[in-house]
Amino acid sequence: MKRSILSAIPFLFVAVGCAPTDRTSVETSSTSTSRSEQSTQVASGKPISIKGSDTMVILGQRFAEEYMKANPGTVIQVNGGGSGTGIAALINGTVDLAQSSRPMKPKEKADVETNRKASLVEQPVALDALSVFVHRNNKVKTLSLPQLKEIYTGKATNWKQVGGSDAQIIMYGRENSSGTYEYFKEHVLEKADFAVRVQTLQGTAAVINAVSKDPNGIGYGGIAYGKDVVLLSVKNDASSAAVVPTEATVLDGSYPISRKLFFYYLSTASDSQKNFVSWVLSPAGQAVIKDVGYFQLAGGSAEGSAAATTNTASPSNP
Amino acid sequence: MTTPNELNLGKRERLRLFTDSAMAVAFTLAGWLAILFILLIFVFTFKESLGIFTDHEIQKEANLHKFFVEEIPEATTMIDRYIWQPVSDIPKMSFIPLLLGTLKATFVGLLFACPVGVAAALFSSEFAPPRMREILKPAVELLAGIPSVVLGFFALLVLATWLQTLFGFTYRLNAYNAGIALGIAILPVIFTITEDGLAAVPRSYRDASLAVGATRFQTAMSVVLPAASPAVFAALVLGFGRAIGETMILLMAGGNAAISSFSLNDPLRTLSATIAAELGEVVFGDAHYSALFFMGTLLFIITFVSNTIGQMVIARMQRRMRGT
Repeated sequence: MKRSILSAIPFLFVAVGCAPTDRTSVETSSTSTSRSEQSTQVASGKPISIKGSDTMVILGQRFAEEYMKANPGTVIQVNGGGSGTGIAALINGTVDLAQSSRPMKPKEKADVETNRKASLVEQPVALDALSVFVHRNNKVKTLSLPQLKEIYTGKATNWKQVGGSDAQIIMYGRENSSGTYEYFKEHVLEKADFAVRVQTLQGTAAVINAVSKDPNGIGYGGIAYGKDVVLLSVKNDASSAAVVPTEATVLDGSYPISRKLFFYYLSTASDSQKNFVSWVLSPAGQAVIKDVGYFQLAGGSAEGSAAATTNTASPSNP
Repeated sequence: MTTPNELNLGKRERLRLFTDSAMAVAFTLAGWLAILFILLIFVFTFKESLGIFTDHEIQKEANLHKFFVEEIPEATTMIDRYIWQPVSDIPKMSFIPLLLGTLKATFVGLLFACPVGVAAALFSSEFAPPRMREILKPAVELLAGIPSVVLGFFALLVLATWLQTLFGFTYRLNAYNAGIALGIAILPVIFTITEDGLAAVPRSYRDASLAVGATRFQTAMSVVLPAASPAVFAALVLGFGRAIGETMILLMAGGNAAISSFSLNDPLRTLSATIAAELGEVVFGDAHYSALFFMGTLLFIITFVSNTIGQMVIARMQRRMRGT
């Protein structure tokens, strides 16, 4: 009896140590053939934890997968939850790196620096076109920003008011912890409130799924998710030309609602984390972005130290 | 009573008595621990919402008057009058749309689960052959083991499409969809409690009814069911308590739009779903945070009261069935 209890104790510890932290975490502890040059990058032991924007989860996961393939020994965990959630976690010190689809607010920046006692590094890593989707069979293929505002503030409630067929507009949107929500509110609604009839869903994938099943639905989200639905061309105002969200129109700025996607971390981050960030900004890392469906920063691969901006003078990368 | 010492017991017996009483103490402690946890959780939730009553900064944005009474000025419709929009330049924190959403979903849930659950319980206890009953009872109780996130997922992807094709709803995700999924979740509660109540009805009731020439159906409907009516009531109340706090199903299948309307065709947002969706990002200690915790307190009280009532009714009925 006594012996069986004692012998169970080590297993208990193993079980606790191995428990996955979250169901969406990507964790690969690769034990594949270690080549000589990789043996210099010894595992720091502590995994790099990344959390934040749901728009960026698939991007972060692909970054992590590719990086861990090339650097066995480094473990990176990527979680979603919304930009605000990631930033809050960075403030509270529960993650190493926050992904955000919106720039951090000055108050949040100050909170990070006072709470974590280190300067913050803001690093744009990719570009995204905030796209607006409708069902495949919807006649409407183009909307202007003022029309989008009318729809999402509840002034236009029927598709015929914006050139479609006679049917009620069913709006889908994101929770208020989402960076996409805030971006849309600021740039499309011009800070007006969303209509109460907007159905808020958990994540852009859920919005796309809902719109793909709803003939009268409309939704918004990052462009990389835009499968199974029709992406609308967006006009800046009623008289300007309709622009389809593509790499070219995002890069030259003609698509009216494109945005930067950010990494936020502390200047005191571990070397393995800094290596990861510079890899993301290298041509190899930037190649991943296109696969996922977002766009590389202007000028192809951005130079890490040049693009990074810190609140203090200290450089972000060693 | 004689103490162990006076009995001149052997070492072994004394050890046995000692472990016996030690275990009794351990189990009592475990029982009290559960009660302590409930108390602590309540105190914690309430404490976090205390700002609503004490902090003047918070009271500017969130207070009882704003939660339950205040209307948006110049609003013409019910929907515009009460709005939950805590993240805004002017935060609007009316609980009315959320309360309505919670009640609508619970109403549909009970409307679905009650007839089905009571009928299933009647069938199981009065009509089913013993072998079938042995399959039916565990099968319904197994429903309780389905994680609510799975039910929510099912409602979101499958049930919503079925209902929309059948009835042509404007909104895919509406009170019917959420309510039926919720009904499936509370069905085991209603079934089990009603079934237990029916089984507790004494055999003599049925015999008397059959003896005067009533059919089995008449006996079940006019003798057994009325005798077990307190159990049906308790099942309803406990089902209500379970439904009020259910989160994941409503978060996924309810559409999550805080609309102050009585229409079951509209999407809805419940109190519990609001806490789940918004607590992730709120700034610690501000008005929105306190408001969410106040919702938690409110839910706690509602569930506590309904569960207490349900358990009391069951206890009273059991006493009566045994006594007479």
